[in-house]
Amino acid sequence: MSQAPAIELVGIDKKFGAVHANKNINLAVAKGSIHGIIGENGAGKSTLMSILYGFYHADSGEIRVGGTPVTIRDSQAAINAGIGMVHQHFMLVENFTVLENLVLGAEGGMLLAGGVARARAELKRLAKDYGLEVDPDAVIEELPVGLQQRVEILKAMYRGAEILILDEPTGVLTPAEADHLFRILGVLRDQGKTVILITHKLREIMAITDTVSVMRRGEMVATRKTAETTVEELAELMVGRRVLLRVEKGEAKPGAVVLSVRNLTVKDGRGVTMVDNVSFDVRAGEIVGIAGVAGNGQSELLEAISGIRMPASGEILIDGEPIGKADPARLRDLGLAHIPEDRHHMGLVLRFEEYENAILGYHRDPKYGGLFLDLDAIRKDAIEKIEKYDIRPPNPRLRTANFSGGNQQKIVVAREIERDPKLLLIGQPTRGVDIGAIEFIHRRIIDMRDAGKAQLLVSVELDEIRALSDRILVMFAGQIVGEKTADAGEQTLGLMMAGIAA
Amino acid sequence: MDFFDILVSILGSTIRLSVPLVFTALAGLFSERAGVFDIGLEGKMLAAAFSAACVAYITASPWLGLVAGIGVSVAFSLLHGFASITNRGNQIVSGVAINFVVAGLTIVLGQAWFGQGGRTPQLLPQGRFSPIILPGVEALRGIPVIGPLYANVISGNNILTYMAFLAVPISWWILYRTRFGLRLRAVGENPGAVDTAGISVTWLRYRAVICAGILCGFSGTYLAVAQSAAFIKDMSAGKGYIALAALIFAKWKPVPVMFACLLFGFLDAFANFMQGKSVPLIGEVPVQIFQALPYVLTCILLAGFIGVANPPKAGGVPYTKER
Repeated sequence: MSQAPAIELVGIDKKFGAVHANKNINLAVAKGSIHGIIGENGAGKSTLMSILYGFYHADSGEIRVGGTPVTIRDSQAAINAGIGMVHQHFMLVENFTVLENLVLGAEGGMLLAGGVARARAELKRLAKDYGLEVDPDAVIEELPVGLQQRVEILKAMYRGAEILILDEPTGVLTPAEADHLFRILGVLRDQGKTVILITHKLREIMAITDTVSVMRRGEMVATRKTAETTVEELAELMVGRRVLLRVEKGEAKPGAVVLSVRNLTVKDGRGVTMVDNVSFDVRAGEIVGIAGVAGNGQSELLEAISGIRMPASGEILIDGEPIGKADPARLRDLGLAHIPEDRHHMGLVLRFEEYENAILGYHRDPKYGGLFLDLDAIRKDAIEKIEKYDIRPPNPRLRTANFSGGNQQKIVVAREIERDPKLLLIGQPTRGVDIGAIEFIHRRIIDMRDAGKAQLLVSVELDEIRALSDRILVMFAGQIVGEKTADAGEQTLGLMMAGIAA
Repeated sequence: MDFFDILVSILGSTIRLSVPLVFTALAGLFSERAGVFDIGLEGKMLAAAFSAACVAYITASPWLGLVAGIGVSVAFSLLHGFASITNRGNQIVSGVAINFVVAGLTIVLGQAWFGQGGRTPQLLPQGRFSPIILPGVEALRGIPVIGPLYANVISGNNILTYMAFLAVPISWWILYRTRFGLRLRAVGENPGAVDTAGISVTWLRYRAVICAGILCGFSGTYLAVAQSAAFIKDMSAGKGYIALAALIFAKWKPVPVMFACLLFGFLDAFANFMQGKSVPLIGEVPVQIFQALPYVLTCILLAGFIGVANPPKAGGVPYTKER
């Protein structure tokens, strides 16, 4: 234990204006270990790692690599110090080949030919040593996400990284791909590399890390040996209070069919078939979950049912009536509500004040005024929702962009649920939402079910699908490849999501 | 004139009319592949034409005119860079502003300095780039087809024409075979990838717009000092926009850019040829119809006839580090 830590942060402090993103952070990561950093969104994990990678500069504090203090002015300095980073949104040039991405910034000369040849040889060696196989001439955009991520890891290794930081690496992976990633990380550790894993998924921390640090509101609140802690303890440390990790719900009491989808085919803007001849029903009082890796047609399915995108063929029926070419406004009148997958692009206008977003799409309702909006009525209504959904800060006049992700999501959830729809479409209800808000939103969804509403849930979080759904449909390459009950094993579903088994 | 003579004459004029388009479209290529949209090609070309004409007139040297053209064009490039890279302004607004400023400024300065209504004085022959007769023209003259084509299309052009067509493979080589080219293409697709690789996005984009400035300098100089013998107000006459259309039509690739420019040049040459001629079965057609052809074609092509043109993904978006 006398060996200096691979990386050590001493008293790192960073402010963005009034926001104190990192408060006096101390952290030591042992060489040849996998160290997890968990915390809710906005806890300061990403800021801390950006400081380590030279994207931001700490206001004060020191970074030591292998015991030596280093100044990391920019990413180049971080690379030189042996720090590599795999970003949450891959930093790859999509129309470049694997090799071109690998050499970018490390070309080794004015002309490309030499550097590319060297990279090709080095890639072979890395593939052999670490099990990181990938076709060097494949174009990135044609690779599956798991392989794209592997290229990111290879980029770091090619630059001689000794310390590898991964920021939320599993968000876009299938369970099988995530397992493969963890095996690779294990190999890297065994070869003496140091891995820092940033995540909000407690399960991953427990599965792969040696030690774990918890961040909350810009502070490093605890560091534990993974073997000596529990999921419950970590969750409590993250949130600062006890949380319910399981959603408690009783038996579903399905009633009449509310939503019926018949042989639905949907094409995207490029004319590619994204939903391929899909049929299913959703009954009153049940939650039907659609599991699948992002990009397998779930988004287009939701868009078609909510009237945003015209289906290429097939039929959608609500209460047995075909909806035809009904637009979203007409569908709302029929009792459909929609929590869109991406609150920033579809659910909210971030520049609007909170109360404006609280009625978005329902502004034609006479109770909000006729030709002219009745602002008093709208704000009164907004305040009621803020109280009921504990939206913080409780200020309807605040710009929506200034709310945290969880509170923004609550604004959308409140707006859609409070209309008391008979059919609710839910897309990624808790993406980028902290644990406390997740608990709350899940509770509301279960309450809706118990009140006899039909709900269709789409989520890339398999845990969420399994916790909430009464029936699970698995989507792969635009088709529904199977239906399972809520107690289906994660393995089974994972294989189906990867298109391997039905 | 028989048909072959007509063809040779149209092809010769196609080459001459394509030159400014090739230079300008390649200028746009460098800038846009780096993620900086450049509506200001037109303005830079015009500014270069004006300064090249002034300097070539004063010094009686076309080469000094070229240097001046490039210098002024690069200066406007840097202005565009300062507005859109350093200050993250809107690239379209900055480009349009440059076009307006140059359109006015050239006339005002031209009138103030030379008093000829915005024109610059006529250049003497030694102040212009004159045609170069390539070796072997006489020897090949007797050979049918090849002889006249060589003499009137390939040979007999000025040095800038050859440079324009040489610029195409050079640009290709720079973009696809050098470190600078790799980084330039990367920064137009995903500046984040470039930044995290430890390369300055700002400096890279500045170098790209400087390349664009240099090439616009060539095209402007060609207009005033090679094709014509003076600067005439608004002499770029929308060529910057046509070049932009050619660039999109060619999907931002150097060699297709050349062919797209030749196509537009051909239409232009054809329109010139058809002036005052009558079309069989129809009779005389107003020349405006033919003159409109390149623009009509532009509309048709850009309206989706070329299939999906995937512009550089980060085009038009100023780079800010994510929080």
